Amino acid sequence: MSKMPPYAATENACKLCKPLGASLAFRGIEGTVPFLHGSQGCATYMRRYIISHFNEPIDIASSSLGEKHAVYGGAANLKQGLDNVIKKYQPRIIGVATTCLTETIGDDVPMILAEYKEEANSQLPELIHVSTPSYAGTHMEGFVAAAAAAAGQLTEQVDKHDGVNLFPGFVSAADLRHLREIMDDFAIDAAIFPDYSETLDGEALAEYPLIPKGGTPLHKIRAMGGAKLTIECGWTLPEKTAGTVLAEKFATPLARLGWPMGIRATDRFFAELATVSGREIPKKYRAARGRLVDSLVDCHKYLSGKKAIVYGEEDLVVGLVSLLVEIGIQPTLCASGGKSGRFAEAVAEVVADFAPMPQVYEDVDFYDIEQQAEELEINLLLGHSKGYSFARRKGLPLVRVGFPIHDRMGGQRILHLGYHGAQNLVDTITNTLIAKKQDDSPVGYSYM
Amino acid sequence: MVALSVLQERQGQVRLKGDTPFAMECDKDSQAGAVSQRACVFCGSRVVLYPVADALHLVHGPIGCAVYTWDIRGALSSGPELHRLSFSTDLREMDVIFGGEKKLYRALIELIDRHQPKAAFVYSTCIVGIIGDDLEAVCKKVAEEKGIPVLPVQSEGFKGNKRAGYSAACAALARLVGTGDTENISPRSINILGDFNLAGEIWMIREYFRRIGVEVVANITGDGRIADIRRAHGAALNVVQCSGATMELARRMQKEYGIPSIRVSYFGIEDMAEALYDVAKFFGDPQMLENARELVREELSKLMPELRRYQQALAGKKAAIYVGGAFKAFSLVKAFRLLGMTVAMVGSQTGTQEDYQELQEIADPGTIIVDDSNPLELSAFLREKDVDVFVGGVKERPIAYKLGVAFCDHNHERKEMLAGFHGMLNFAREVYESVSSPVWRFAPRRQEVNHV
Repeated sequence: MSKMPPYAATENACKLCKPLGASLAFRGIEGTVPFLHGSQGCATYMRRYIISHFNEPIDIASSSLGEKHAVYGGAANLKQGLDNVIKKYQPRIIGVATTCLTETIGDDVPMILAEYKEEANSQLPELIHVSTPSYAGTHMEGFVAAAAAAAGQLTEQVDKHDGVNLFPGFVSAADLRHLREIMDDFAIDAAIFPDYSETLDGEALAEYPLIPKGGTPLHKIRAMGGAKLTIECGWTLPEKTAGTVLAEKFATPLARLGWPMGIRATDRFFAELATVSGREIPKKYRAARGRLVDSLVDCHKYLSGKKAIVYGEEDLVVGLVSLLVEIGIQPTLCASGGKSGRFAEAVAEVVADFAPMPQVYEDVDFYDIEQQAEELEINLLLGHSKGYSFARRKGLPLVRVGFPIHDRMGGQRILHLGYHGAQNLVDTITNTLIAKKQDDSPVGYSYM
Repeated sequence: MVALSVLQERQGQVRLKGDTPFAMECDKDSQAGAVSQRACVFCGSRVVLYPVADALHLVHGPIGCAVYTWDIRGALSSGPELHRLSFSTDLREMDVIFGGEKKLYRALIELIDRHQPKAAFVYSTCIVGIIGDDLEAVCKKVAEEKGIPVLPVQSEGFKGNKRAGYSAACAALARLVGTGDTENISPRSINILGDFNLAGEIWMIREYFRRIGVEVVANITGDGRIADIRRAHGAALNVVQCSGATMELARRMQKEYGIPSIRVSYFGIEDMAEALYDVAKFFGDPQMLENARELVREELSKLMPELRRYQQALAGKKAAIYVGGAFKAFSLVKAFRLLGMTVAMVGSQTGTQEDYQELQEIADPGTIIVDDSNPLELSAFLREKDVDVFVGGVKERPIAYKLGVAFCDHNHERKEMLAGFHGMLNFAREVYESVSSPVWRFAPRRQEVNHV
């Protein structure tokens, strides 16, 4: 890990706050209304932010605390909020996440929910909860913690079954759909969790749904403990995840893999699926891999020796780096607002034997990134929309990946994973570099 | 249908034009669990102060509040663009336990040295109010050391709603006003309050005022500058737009400096013309009034032929409006009427009793009027009234789109100029382009109607 001056201020952060991640994870569970226990603003700001990427409605309820609640505690508002959500949305699950306000005033949410259940005189939906103070961790910690909380609180003791749990992490809606297709093609009965591929990328409708259809089905989640294997993707995951919760509670075997990005990580992923399913890798994917390798050869002259800055969530950055070094692009700077403590190690692992170790920074903002980039030769940026101003000032092309993408359409439909995702990224990266060369050329070649 | 989609506790906040008595319940805290479209106190303050382009805007708190308000608005600057950056003290667990004052001090010093702003606004967020950081003391210390105004904005999210945030922002601005030199200001001078220069609108408004012979002293806050705000007390009149966002500053300036104010809207032909006439009448100058009439004549002669085409295409279509402030809603109702359209639903996040009374008076019979609404209500209203276009902000857009309803963004994120005479044409064009798009023919809502 390289050194960075210890600034007190954060300027143009490269992260979002913890409850946002929790809201996204809860949105990936069938019949769930995400509920933030805090000020009204948290829910509204996060809705606005999520909408800007997914172009999809997302209702996040709030306990809308006011001044007197901050003094006397937010229990009454939390309960009233639950009442109202149950009345209006008739959810199967309400996922309550805390905020910095309610953590700081010390509201004991598990206790308040227990009281609420005791006081109830009718059938309640499942109430799950996660602690997500935004002063401790980023949206990624919130996402992982919410998934872990749901896995702990919704699962039941069941008989061992032939199903497989797949916990991909914070990937795009297109990625989730692709993973579903892969699992189906292996005939694996998979619980893909959380799954917001429909709830945050749904169809046009005649009526506004109380809760959009989709999400990991509750019956699948309940039975996750009995699965023959959990595959959990991510290089920089914390100690406690949905996968480790199941391993601890039900002794469900856990396989930790990196995100299936690029050739090597996707190979490992498919090998794991072949093993667990006892089937060969379907022809479709072998062919896709073959085409991918063929295209790498076609593209390599445009890519070889190019230098890139990659920023965003740590797992996404590691996955992208893994792909980049395979296609001959040298990542020179990897940066994240996250602070897992595992970032540099994970980058080192995927670049080994392929490229020199890039500079790796965790817990940094865009001011830091730009400062460090001053002395670097760069051809390309990869990351979300918030890097655009940097890219524009430097006249560098930006390949948009991850979240948020709110200056282009279809961020939720970008495919990053598998051979198909790698193909998509390779084509996009290559064409971005070709377009840059073409646009910068005084000749105006129409044949590149 | 209306009754079904509205929580019992919210029944008093949904009215129909023609209800007797009309009395709207409003200006109250949002119902927990109702999924209000409102944000918080911090949001209200941030909205008002955001466009001040040569000030440092430091959000004191954990990262979320700063990052969700980073470069999200179409508020343009003709010079410095500090307002488009996002600054936070990014408080961590240890700061929450031991207090964030030291970090705030260091962050301020660091950022002032780095960016050389003309002033700094320091926004407090929810937990700052709880952990008890003395913002006032830190700001005072830094102001003395750095020789620029450093202004605390008491915007803890939970201390009321968006309106309380307006008030906190006005309190911060009021500390600047009166600290600058007012020499050489024309007796025919105004401050523009409550325009945020979305898509460059304030430049056009200023140009209108220049043409009729009025000097603008300070933009508050669109394309705003600290030095201008400091001398704003030298102006003869405050011209205030927007529902209450900056009204409190005008009231304070009236009390402290005896500067009168008038309320205007720059949106729509009638209101834009009225704004110019009202300013001219205030100065009691027949030539200025004639200039204003000439300006309106000239602009309308350019505008009307084009507008007529849209009027023909849009006549009879139905609109729904849900915006932050009720004052904008008045103008929108009139603008739709000018286009020959009817308004089937109109609502706001922060309207007052008087606002809703006025809305009721100008609305068509049967119009749904709503305060502090939410997605389930809004979607039910859109369907029930079978509207053709919905006007709102980013949070309303996916509700409209999901149901196959056209949409026009009239909020702070927009990049289109909708104010003034030229803006009316843009508005008509935008509504027309969206309503007349072929994509709605494929939306399930229309397929039902057409039995396709």
